[in-house]
Amino acid sequence: MSRKKEARKIIFESEKEMPPVPMSLGSMLHNRTGAWRNIKPVIDLSKCIKCGICWKFCPDASIDIVDEWPQINYDYCKGCGLCAEECPQKCITMVEEEK
Amino acid sequence: MSKEKKMTTTITREEFMSPGHLACQGCGASLAMRLALKGLGQRTIVCIPACCWAVIDGPFPYSSLDVPIYHCAFETAASSASGVKAGLEILGDNETAVLAWAGDGGTYDIGLQALSGAAERNDDIIYACYDNEAYMNTGIQRSSATPFGAWTTTTPVKHYKKERKKDIIGIMAAHGIPYIATASVAYPEDMVKKFKKAREIRGTRFILIFAPCPAGWKSRPEDTIKLARLAVQTGYFPLIEIEKGEKWTLNLKLKERKPIAEYLKLQGRFRHLSEEEIAAIQQEVDERWAKTLQKCSL
Amino acid sequence: MKKVIMGNHALSYGAMLSRAQVIAAYPITPQTQVVELLSEMCADGTLNAKFIKVESEHSAMAACLGASLAGARTFTATSAQGLALMHEMLHWAAGGRMPVVMGNINRAMAPGWSIWADQNDSLSERDTGWIQFYCASNQEVLDTVIQAYKVSEKLMIPSMIVLDAFTLSHTYEVVEIPDQSLVDQYLPPFNPPWRLTPDDPHAFGGLTSPDHYMELRYKLQKDMEKVPALVEETGKEYEKMFGRYLGQVEEYLCDDAEFIFVTSGTAGSTARVAVDELRQRGIKAGNLRIRLFRPFPFEKVRSILSRVPRVAVLDRNISYGHHGIFYQEVKSAMYGQPSQPLIFGFIAGLGGRDITRDSFREIADYALSRDRVEEEIVWIGVKK
Repeated sequence: MSRKKEARKIIFESEKEMPPVPMSLGSMLHNRTGAWRNIKPVIDLSKCIKCGICWKFCPDASIDIVDEWPQINYDYCKGCGLCAEECPQKCITMVEEEK
Repeated sequence: MSKEKKMTTTITREEFMSPGHLACQGCGASLAMRLALKGLGQRTIVCIPACCWAVIDGPFPYSSLDVPIYHCAFETAASSASGVKAGLEILGDNETAVLAWAGDGGTYDIGLQALSGAAERNDDIIYACYDNEAYMNTGIQRSSATPFGAWTTTTPVKHYKKERKKDIIGIMAAHGIPYIATASVAYPEDMVKKFKKAREIRGTRFILIFAPCPAGWKSRPEDTIKLARLAVQTGYFPLIEIEKGEKWTLNLKLKERKPIAEYLKLQGRFRHLSEEEIAAIQQEVDERWAKTLQKCSL
Repeated sequence: MKKVIMGNHALSYGAMLSRAQVIAAYPITPQTQVVELLSEMCADGTLNAKFIKVESEHSAMAACLGASLAGARTFTATSAQGLALMHEMLHWAAGGRMPVVMGNINRAMAPGWSIWADQNDSLSERDTGWIQFYCASNQEVLDTVIQAYKVSEKLMIPSMIVLDAFTLSHTYEVVEIPDQSLVDQYLPPFNPPWRLTPDDPHAFGGLTSPDHYMELRYKLQKDMEKVPALVEETGKEYEKMFGRYLGQVEEYLCDDAEFIFVTSGTAGSTARVAVDELRQRGIKAGNLRIRLFRPFPFEKVRSILSRVPRVAVLDRNISYGHHGIFYQEVKSAMYGQPSQPLIFGFIAGLGGRDITRDSFREIADYALSRDRVEEEIVWIGVKK
């Protein structure tokens, strides 16, 4: 199974490099949507109960489970705040992004 | 909390949707796709007509899904999926699931004829509609899924939508297809389970997903799940299954329903409504809820 | 094997021999027999194909495109209003490079309702990126289906095979039905360079920015430009195997001609009789029947017409506010050529009115008695 998991930007220098049909050749991972963010979620792991709710509800698939702990992927997190809102432990806080 | 504890989730951790996609913050539709694919798995082909997802996926030459996609014409989600399925079958692939994935515009309105045709033929496809109750991709115009009272750019506040939301579930049930379900992004386990179940059934399967849209509903992005949950808890969007058009099941029974006002007040699109209008909406929800209970023999 | 069959059934036999795998179609007069026979063939196992009995022509083409992208050889047929309803999907087929082959029975557009022949339906789809073949006999219809798959699948461009309502669709003629094994040799199974499969997932047809769109269309045009040569090549190969040559045009006594009719469809057969009559009167007439209309066979048409002083183009169609469409096309092909004939344009036979020997006699008398083009359109047979 070939998985399009490369975060590569695809640039065509000429039509000869392009397929005849508009077909995807790579993933949207090159598009680091973290730049959209004004506020960012910060997890206080000392209060986390590993319920997985933040991971489950992330519309951007930007919370990874690393060693069974949730970890925000700031490259892509758009800062919607859903995780903080839904966290039953209230251990995620949205903090101002430093620009 | 001990480090050893495993995260307890019944949903597969495998992701078929990459981050980096183009959905707005707090988009219900993108979460819906993420969850649906967790239920269906990688051996799925998705037909996406004109709708938010035509953009969310990303432009040529990219995609944010790890499954093949056919970006098809607006009114052809169902007919394209029927064609893809026929093509696979004649080539000997009976295993890959074909998912038509359309918004409410492509389902309730422009794609209804093709959907009805596929359902009448009982073509072997899963048709999922992520319902955000208006034409969001073109900038929030009313659809026949827009509920009574809502503001959209074509039903401005002074002339808010006076017609009620089309009963797409009733229409699909009348086709007598093998499986119909409603699902909500606020209930991921239920939703994933329904897609898994649908995958194992042959014939036309229809799943209606309640997918809040912060940009179109004028709600806070962080309230997407809260809104989807309230829609269920108020009885506005009951979680049900219908088998063979006849056997109705209410998946989430409610001892007490929350008032619809709680749901409405979180959304700017309903801000103009008077108490009388809210009462009228409450009455309509009550009536529909009673009918749903009746159909579920409760 | 020889069979007496109608034009519509020639399409069905062509699809059968080409081993079409997915057929999606919606009935419309005068196309119905095409899909009726194919339904029977699918039902009795003569043809191993999935037949999707869709609820509209729009869905018919949509379903064909889905199946084509999944890697199946697809066929459909329609006519007039049905073709117009498909219009959006015709662009989709060409832009998405899906080599569907479709029969279109030329029928006049409503209102008023007409089920009779003219070409305004298919010519309205001229600019959708489809290859268009216009046929004049049932044999040619059958042969062209097979050839069209070969051309279409090589270049990943869809083909439309066009035949006149009733004068061809419902006319019975003797047709040689080629051996399946020979057709299999000529036309190998469809094996597209890309397809919808979870084994190699791609998204097809996504949002395409101004940075890329133009290059994709450039590539489509460049591949379109390869069609005439490929038609010649596959036509000669067909002749070697089946004894019938399938070219871009059909020439009838054009070599020494001083006056040439340019025709298409069944009018091209009537024109041959008219040519014979003119020759008996001592006029060196010829007939050039355009078989491949899209892409336009520029070189072929130029090489033939630049030899003659007078040309009469017959159109069973009209571009309102302009001319007959073949007339426009022939004139534009001859523009700027070192030797240009006088080209007259005639419109006849709209909405199924017969185009007869007399029509051609009238056309010839008009064209041969003038030394310049006096009228934009010369109408034949209008009750003025």
